[in-house]
Amino acid sequence: MPAIEAHHLYKVFGRKGREGVKRLEAGAGTDELKAAGLTPAVIDASFTVEEGEIFVVMGLSGSGKSTLIRMINGLHAPTSGHVELYGENITAATGKDLRRLRRQRISMVFQHFALFPHRSVIDNAAYGLETQGVGKEERRARAHEALELCGLSGWDEHLPSELSGGMQQRVGLARALAADTDILLMDEAFSALDPLIRRDMQDQLIELQQKLGKTILFITHDLNEAMRIGDRIAMMRNGRIVQVGTAEEILTDPANDYVAQFVADVDRTRVLTAASVMEKPAAVLGAEQGPRAAHKLMREHQIPAMFVTGRDRTLKGYVTEDEVGRHLEQKDLTGLLHPVPGLASVSPDTSLADLFGPAAETPAIAVVDDAGRLIGVVPRITLLSALAAHAETDVADAPVTADDETKEAARA
Amino acid sequence: MPESAAPVTIVPPIPIGTWLETGFTWFKQTFDALFDVIGDLITGAINGIADPLLALDPLVLAIILALLGWLLRNWKLGVGTLVGLVLIIGMDMWEPAVETLALVVVATVVALILGIPLGILAARSPVVSRIVKPVMDFMQTMPGMVWLLPVLKLFSIGVAGALVATVIFALPPAVRLTELGIRQVDGEVVEAGQAFGAGPRQILKDIQLPLALPTVMAGVNQVIMLALSMAVIAGLVGGGGLGNEVVGAISTLNLARGFDAGISVVILAIFLDRLTASIGSRRPGHGRLRELRERFTRTPATAASAS
Repeated sequence: MPAIEAHHLYKVFGRKGREGVKRLEAGAGTDELKAAGLTPAVIDASFTVEEGEIFVVMGLSGSGKSTLIRMINGLHAPTSGHVELYGENITAATGKDLRRLRRQRISMVFQHFALFPHRSVIDNAAYGLETQGVGKEERRARAHEALELCGLSGWDEHLPSELSGGMQQRVGLARALAADTDILLMDEAFSALDPLIRRDMQDQLIELQQKLGKTILFITHDLNEAMRIGDRIAMMRNGRIVQVGTAEEILTDPANDYVAQFVADVDRTRVLTAASVMEKPAAVLGAEQGPRAAHKLMREHQIPAMFVTGRDRTLKGYVTEDEVGRHLEQKDLTGLLHPVPGLASVSPDTSLADLFGPAAETPAIAVVDDAGRLIGVVPRITLLSALAAHAETDVADAPVTADDETKEAARA
Repeated sequence: MPESAAPVTIVPPIPIGTWLETGFTWFKQTFDALFDVIGDLITGAINGIADPLLALDPLVLAIILALLGWLLRNWKLGVGTLVGLVLIIGMDMWEPAVETLALVVVATVVALILGIPLGILAARSPVVSRIVKPVMDFMQTMPGMVWLLPVLKLFSIGVAGALVATVIFALPPAVRLTELGIRQVDGEVVEAGQAFGAGPRQILKDIQLPLALPTVMAGVNQVIMLALSMAVIAGLVGGGGLGNEVVGAISTLNLARGFDAGISVVILAIFLDRLTASIGSRRPGHGRLRELRERFTRTPATAASAS
């Protein structure tokens, strides 16, 4: 069962919000509603977050992402649509039910930390447990654990104002973790921190997620942050979700000009992985075949070397055309088969940035899965053309932007 | 031009005052018994405070109040309080001063019991806020002495009427500053409470009120100051205490007595102001009481966390 399901969420601020929703459904534009005194913040947002996933909603300020996240835990009531947490409709819940759902299912980390300034660090961290009705001893013990997990041992009895910004946000994170809910909402949680601390916190979050298996809905306006931590990313613009996909999908196949423009500055080598650029090996030699077969295959494909695999497709090594050509009379590949050096065999999720080193040493890099099976190759030339694609989008962007503007102008 | 009639005007006579009086008279007649009970209660409460205080030796009480000043603020306030109160004793104004103090204390307590919940309601409901605001403006801008009239009608001469007039005059800051204090609490912090599943009452008790406390205490301080000034004016309707002394001094043109009473009021005002201001500005959990408690129960653990 998915952790979060958002069904056609609308939030229109103004007196007659419902009418605004109807007009949007009938195809009215944002400007039209604004003229009528209505502010559409979120328009027809639907998405699903699977259990254990880090789902990032990415958009600039004013794109409606903060409103969206507040509809997930019911801080804002949607004008239309509803949200389900593990199949339970939180939008319809009121009073006691709503509070129970929040205590059980969903906790939140805030952009400006929103710590309770009059409570000590540990009492802040224990707050979620306090509302859950956990006894004092136990909640302090668990809050202490959460603080330790967030790297804040020894600060229990201090007031939040005595901590630096990064540390305060760790308290915010500890407060959410201590509550031990299934879902964690993070509203621009790292945006108020300086870049070095932000990276540090991102790494820690990923680590914590792997350790604890929480479902995380993360909001950010920083695309690099989104790409770094998100399993999947929803791109938001003017209240609408324009694309949902993995970082690679969004990079390689942007849904529209807006997304394309956005991703133009992203450092592809950090986002794209070996799996996204690898090719099917042109030719693979079975380990039981002999030098003649090898020689023929390499000639056919005009390649100087090729990988050799076993029956179960595990990578055994490689042979070169030169050597094979000199030993055509041999029955098998004994003495001709070289082991693939560790560097030249990588896992599918290795980033492109980490392929450059090996690529300098060997003409082709083998991509193998966890079981050691060969699943693809990255020839040096492919690596270079993947980077070239970046440059191409840059060039392609110029007319696209102009187009976009003309369209906007025409609409206005 | 005939001179007998009033000047001709298109505005008909609007005797609001007369209407109010009619209404008041009806009110008084209908609820007479109730007001008798209220009057007795109030008189009882004020005497209940004033009598034991007066039973103490003036110097002993002065020292106790000075200690209170030291505990809640610093030794300077303690010494100042002692000097001031000894001065009052010396001017032979001790008894009326204690009576006034009792009146102010009861009026403040009543004003806070009414005002703080009203302020909380106003902070939560825009409708209540819209209704409360003009009423508070009306109560505050009406000249204080005017309140003495309906009060006289309801309770006749005596300390009960004086107290009601004082409460009416001193109430607004309690309401206003409670509302302001709660509204000032950072919205994201309140959201945090909600997000973790706290109910409205928990949010009020654990988040809003503690964070609004400095502002609420500023309101309490103002309530006390207004109560003191009105308690003196209420001397006109038999409020007793220093007000009585002032009224008596005016009617007999006794300048010496007037100033003795006036200076006593000033001393009380400064004492009450400093005392309550210190409560408002203090960081929660960092008062002298706690400091003392920690000093006497110091263990290695608390010593480490306090440093």
